Amino acid sequence: MPYFCGVDIGASAAKLVIIDESGRIVAKSLRRSGVDYADVAERCLAEALSAAGLERGQLAASVSTGYGRDNVPWADARRTEIACHGQGAWFHFRGKMTVIDIGAQDSKVIHLDDDGRRTGFKMNRKCAAGTGSFLEEIALRLDLPVSALNGLAERSTKEVTLGSFCTVFTATEILARIRAGEKVEDIVKGAFRSVVKRILEMDTVDGALVMTGGVVAHNPLLVTLVAEAFGRQALVPPEPQHVGAFGAALAARERAQEGKQLC
Amino acid sequence: MPSPTERKDLAATAKMKEVMGKYYMELMRGREERRKTAWCTSVGPAELLRAMGFNVYFPENHGAMLGATRMATDLIPLANARGFSPDVCSYLTSDIGSYLKGESPFQKMKMPGPPRADCLVYNTNQCRDVKDWFQFYAREWGVPCLGIHTPRAIGELDDSIIEAVARQTEALVKPLQEVAGTKLDPARLKETLDLARRCTVLWKAVLDTAANVPAPITFFDDTIQMGPAVVLRGHPDAIAYYEVLLAELQSRVAGKVPAVEGERFRIYWEGMPIWGKLRDLATQFAALRACVVASTYCNSWVFEDLDPSDPFRSMARAYSNLFICRSEDYKEKYLERMMARFKVDGVLYHDAKTCPNNSNNRYQMPQRLQQKTGKPYLVVNGDLNDLRLYSEEQARTNVEAFVEQLAQG
Ligand code: SF4
Repeated sequence: MPYFCGVDIGASAAKLVIIDESGRIVAKSLRRSGVDYADVAERCLAEALSAAGLERGQLAASVSTGYGRDNVPWADARRTEIACHGQGAWFHFRGKMTVIDIGAQDSKVIHLDDDGRRTGFKMNRKCAAGTGSFLEEIALRLDLPVSALNGLAERSTKEVTLGSFCTVFTATEILARIRAGEKVEDIVKGAFRSVVKRILEMDTVDGALVMTGGVVAHNPLLVTLVAEAFGRQALVPPEPQHVGAFGAALAARERAQEGKQLC
Repeated sequence: MPSPTERKDLAATAKMKEVMGKYYMELMRGREERRKTAWCTSVGPAELLRAMGFNVYFPENHGAMLGATRMATDLIPLANARGFSPDVCSYLTSDIGSYLKGESPFQKMKMPGPPRADCLVYNTNQCRDVKDWFQFYAREWGVPCLGIHTPRAIGELDDSIIEAVARQTEALVKPLQEVAGTKLDPARLKETLDLARRCTVLWKAVLDTAANVPAPITFFDDTIQMGPAVVLRGHPDAIAYYEVLLAELQSRVAGKVPAVEGERFRIYWEGMPIWGKLRDLATQFAALRACVVASTYCNSWVFEDLDPSDPFRSMARAYSNLFICRSEDYKEKYLERMMARFKVDGVLYHDAKTCPNNSNNRYQMPQRLQQKTGKPYLVVNGDLNDLRLYSEEQARTNVEAFVEQLAQG
């Protein structure tokens, strides 16, 4: 039985997924992207193959995506993360939808029509606001591990507003809040709300709201807040951090099965 | 078959370099030859200045050179530090930075730098920044700074506007005569207008060849080929050059020779060029077999209204008919016509941070036009010269994703 591989080399994490013909994930791996994209792709592949008990030769096709998509020598084709997140989300939720992917360096809003065709997309401007790096910066400022943010924010009982667009200015605003005696959990929730506001002003949502990406995977509260802000339910596919890699694996399957040429 | 990324140079370009080289040499010799130098904005009254015997110098051309050579990156901060905000026109900040540091791409051509002005003449039809830019040098050198104040966001270009602009243009003659030390010869003005019109009509014909499928020329080529239309309108050399270029393009059209091998998609570029990244972008689009066929920017040097039989009013009409000083409604109709004329599949809007005047994605234009025409759009955030405002990676992904979207059919 043939298998298909998708690898997403993001700005901060590399994700890899192997699927079978039905689209079922048979193995996945995750590592920090580091500075050698070819090497991290190789390691992710080795790890996933061994977890699934597969040989390299059993992969019928592989597609790379993400920032490092050009640096995966064994990929048969590459696609943008915009295409892959769209395709990955479409597999799980059919119908008109807007996919919001919050990554480490950028956020994307992707519109799909009733047939899954992309009708438009937007990436955040050249700015960390509204992305994972913003939350990382805030965690650093508050001397907390990033993984603690969601739990803390969930305990918040008071709204603290952080008004600035800019990550650095927000960090300064946080100092002022600390001085004013605000609780850390309220400040963290304020930072979550700030990410939501940046997303809200990027684009409108048509159809179902689907959220993907590493930040979404690790911060369920953010999903709740985005849903609240857009006034609709937010759908999260399984393995949200791997949706880009999964979409790439689906593209690999298409390529192998239909001989479809990808650029 | 040549690889899609192979750049197909036009044979005429060598001649263009000669023509431009001659222009720069003449410009530099102006002082020795006792000709006065006038700085002029790109759509300022260049015909009048040329007819009066001035050496006409266009600092925006220098700005573009600073951007294309990426010298701007080191020079802009010098102007920022002296009080010019990083948010104002980066032609202005790179040019003033270049002046402050005494470094210019002209030096590579064995010229000392931009010629010192005896007067500076602007037209605010494009923006207010040009006036601020010229006033800096006027203060620096103690020379006159004169100008035309054209209304902005013009809907219907009616007689009252033309009359007002014509009167302002005519009022420049007296002070300019004082600087030049000669009288304006009306016959020479007519002759210059005739030459300028012929030049720009030829330039339009050059740009229009890209309406053919496949297009024989890209927007990226246009940004190089436009040099004579910008700095030499009203001069016979520009006409001679565009006749040669047009003939070459017509032969490409006849032979169906594409500018981008295997042209799959046709894209319209709206907004300023990103001067320091044109080569990279041209290569990326070619690799994706997408041809950027046309732009408003390069079409902004077409002045069909110039008429030797009615010099001042026709100059006023030509200078005020410019896309950049027209209303949002006018712009929308213009873009719709251009999209149809060049048979484009989509539009790329460049949102240039320091040039709001030439960033037409800011008041829902992309959304309105997509709704009207069904053609998708992409907004790329960047700048004409300030590469601190450009994200290479984001732009690359955006362009690639846009072409993927077009490829869905
Ligand atoms: S129109 Fe834009 S780029 Fe041109 S001079 Fe004005 S601000 Fe600068």
